[in-house]
Amino acid sequence: MGKTMVERIIGQHAGREVSAGEIVVAQVDLCLAQDGTGPLAVRQMQKLGLTKVANPENVVFFLDHASPSPRRELSNDHRFLREFAARTGIRVSDLGEGISHQVMSERYTRPGAILIGADSHTCTGGALGAFATGMGSTDVAIGIALGKTWLRVPESVKVQVNGALPRRVYAKDLMLHIIGLLGSDGADYQSLEFCGDTIRALGMSERMVLSNMAVEAGAKCGLIASDEVTRSFLAEQGRAKDFCSIGPDPDASYERTLEIDATSLRPMVSLPHTVDNVKPVDHADVVGTKIDQVFVGTCTNGRLEDLRLLARMLRGKRKHPDTRLIVVPASKKVFLAALKEGVIETLLEAGALVNSPGCGPCVGVHCGVLADGECCLSTANRNFKGRMGNPEAFIYLASPATAAASALKGEIADPREVT
Amino acid sequence: MIIKGKAWKFGDQISTDHIAPGRLFHLRSNLPELAKHVLEDARPEFAGQVKAGDFVVGGRNFGLGSSREHAPIIIKMAGVGAVLAQSFARIFFRNAINVGLPVVIVDTDSIEEGDELEVNLGAGKVINRTKGKTLTFPPLPAVMTRILDDGGLIAHVHKCGDIKLD
Ligand code: SF4
Repeated sequence: MGKTMVERIIGQHAGREVSAGEIVVAQVDLCLAQDGTGPLAVRQMQKLGLTKVANPENVVFFLDHASPSPRRELSNDHRFLREFAARTGIRVSDLGEGISHQVMSERYTRPGAILIGADSHTCTGGALGAFATGMGSTDVAIGIALGKTWLRVPESVKVQVNGALPRRVYAKDLMLHIIGLLGSDGADYQSLEFCGDTIRALGMSERMVLSNMAVEAGAKCGLIASDEVTRSFLAEQGRAKDFCSIGPDPDASYERTLEIDATSLRPMVSLPHTVDNVKPVDHADVVGTKIDQVFVGTCTNGRLEDLRLLARMLRGKRKHPDTRLIVVPASKKVFLAALKEGVIETLLEAGALVNSPGCGPCVGVHCGVLADGECCLSTANRNFKGRMGNPEAFIYLASPATAAASALKGEIADPREVT
Repeated sequence: MIIKGKAWKFGDQISTDHIAPGRLFHLRSNLPELAKHVLEDARPEFAGQVKAGDFVVGGRNFGLGSSREHAPIIIKMAGVGAVLAQSFARIFFRNAINVGLPVVIVDTDSIEEGDELEVNLGAGKVINRTKGKTLTFPPLPAVMTRILDDGGLIAHVHKCGDIKLD
């Protein structure tokens, strides 16, 4: 019997063949923690009396959620992480460098690797063909300390997407559609394996949207077989040697297959307060909803391609006067490239506020907290009650194109109607 | 282990943002303070009124969202005896075991607000004293029972010097 992609990767790290349902101890190649989960991970390691970590050069602490720190408590947490990292040799990606998942993909994640992270969107790394999954601080602390973790090998769901995406329809719309079909727990404990000609045709930035949001359907990971797109992405990052070919066997066994015809998709919006509450943008409940703030950024849609698209749709125009437009590049690399191309200039001229790389207002820490009763159209991955810092506010999730159309109109608008 | 207490009923899809919201991000290194706000965005009165041994009773996909382990930790710190739900999000479930918070997958439909419950983890039973009804649930996977019995993952590794699953 052939192996799914996740069975192959976990098997290579467990030293034997494995199948879905088995519980194994596997070697871990890369670990990450961030400023919200790292301090607890460090305290757990200290409880074990650990002064050394297994492979410090493969562990990265990201100061990205509170970047830069808005409060003394968080400044103290940042210092605590920097000091522990300095003592143990762990790497630090400091304030302004960018969001963990973006920076990991640029610098460290490689096909076939196992990456565990104390952040639920660690699954973003699946786009590069890595088994990447989110865990809590304690599991990651043990991963950092021992260089291994225990895993239940997940069953896999094959998500087969064929056909060309229509104009102004993107990976974000596809993924919101998939989450709407599956529900927020439809792939609980399972691995999503994305394949088909639509996926092959997507660039790395778009692939990362799919893997990033796998967890919003409950999945443990969202994997894409490595190919020429992966190879050239790694080469662009100066990491051509990190490429390896990894994918499923042709006769692998799947729990089920989801077939999607990309040509029939429309721009989609996820309505408050759950991600699986998905409707097409032109639905009567969606289009025309007044929007107080548009936010373009995050590990889901804060990449160069997203900012370029936003700038292209806003060039020579102004955002609606009653709507704020906040843009946060996902990493310093993205920010620099967007600056050099004139994308940032275009956005500023269109009325945007641009903040330094990091999570920005995504998780309600700072940089764009909503007022009571306000509505935000965000390119992020979650719209739970209270997510952006105010439980009395409402969050709609959509693509950067829908964000651009909505920023222009001051209400949720169909991007296909913008020239 | 038998735990007795009152049911606090919550709906489907209680996220970690309901349990430990991002606006209190700065309290994550001050868990006693964060625990005063546990589940605040789902039921504001909960944190002030919950008694030791009481149960959080959820619906489908309890604990979805972020990997923040602070969520199960502050539920435990509030004195909650166990969380009962129809299903749990993967990361929350694993975190709860790692920090020693009992989590029970059981059909919670018949449980109502304020019902007096008795949960027997070893026997896999929830006795609803108010309704005179007994519900059963499957035992945890062996690896999780091992970790929970050792007092959480840190205590397990401390004891065994490694992750020992057999
Ligand atoms: S951008 Fe948002 S979803 Fe992504 S890591 Fe930061 S807080 Fe989490």
